[in-house]
Amino acid sequence: MLSDLLRWGGKRPDHNEKTGEASASRGDEPPVPSKAFPKLLAAISQQPDAPVLIDLGPVIGTNVGFFGERLGCKLFIEDLFADYDRHARAGTLEALPAAITTRFRHADGSVDGVLCWDFFDFLAKPAALSLAKQIVRMLRPGGAVMGFFCTSASERAAFTKYEVVDDHSLRHRPHAGSGGAKHVLPNRDIIKMFDGLIVSDSFLLKNNTREFLLRRPR
Amino acid sequence: MNIGKSVVIKGELNGSEDLTIEGQVEGKIELRQNVLTIGANGRIKAQVFAKAVIILGEVTGNVTATEKVDIRDNGSVDGDIAAPRVAIAEGAHFRGSIDMQKANAKPGDAKADAKPGHTAAAVATPAAPTGSPVTAGANR
Repeated sequence: MLSDLLRWGGKRPDHNEKTGEASASRGDEPPVPSKAFPKLLAAISQQPDAPVLIDLGPVIGTNVGFFGERLGCKLFIEDLFADYDRHARAGTLEALPAAITTRFRHADGSVDGVLCWDFFDFLAKPAALSLAKQIVRMLRPGGAVMGFFCTSASERAAFTKYEVVDDHSLRHRPHAGSGGAKHVLPNRDIIKMFDGLIVSDSFLLKNNTREFLLRRPR
Repeated sequence: MNIGKSVVIKGELNGSEDLTIEGQVEGKIELRQNVLTIGANGRIKAQVFAKAVIILGEVTGNVTATEKVDIRDNGSVDGDIAAPRVAIAEGAHFRGSIDMQKANAKPGDAKADAKPGHTAAAVATPAAPTGSPVTAGANR
């Protein structure tokens, strides 16, 4: 009820919109259902060999345990939020697209799943295109990409880290990074950006987040 | 056994007893049957092989354990980890890959009731630190 009021009021009492900082996290955020996440797990489970998964978010102990137990996968932590933070603090965000191009050491078609979380929301178009191109390059046939996309822009928003609760829900937790501006990517831009992949599933959640699952056809 | 803060070792370190390193090691560390603890002051640039590895300091290099790798709060690893169980605390730094594949394991054949809370990683994750920025878009 309270969360509904806050949502419709468009304001969170403990969020400083100028700095993106917030009051202390108690670590007891409620689980938020995800519709794309179970689809991603199912897609990766269908891969014939032990899957390779890339997480573009910060390392989270529970997620490492979950993916290890649930998928028996090899998990690569590529914390792009930290990269973004570093560039933002140094005032070199315009160099991010080039940095993304050279960051990933994975061979073409060697990855079964990519967890983008909401990282694309923080990227200007050149960086978003650069990252999408890398993801398409690395993804194996049958592989899947999950991303969350906002529906309203914001000049300053905090990063969120997504802790897996179970197959169907995530806990949205505060991230220590400084955050940044959020951009809205229209659906058609998302589809264009991931040229070579197909939109397997897309959902508009009650919190106005768009969840996308994209897959490379076999 | 302890290797103190002022000790610097360059080369290969082998042993058959549990070891705590507070100093610096560059090269290779092998304690295949024992527990290796990298203390808060430890600075390692090495390939590490041990039964279990507990990291409170800094490791640059790949870490392989036959039982468990445990990166504690403020511990740091830049490298790839291979172990059946991996625990990473909230304030830890990690960059690299984690391979928790078990022998004979097939993808997706874990127990249906496997939950993060049942894993070693979950056990080692403390409550969130205070003063962090707020989450966005969590309303549902």
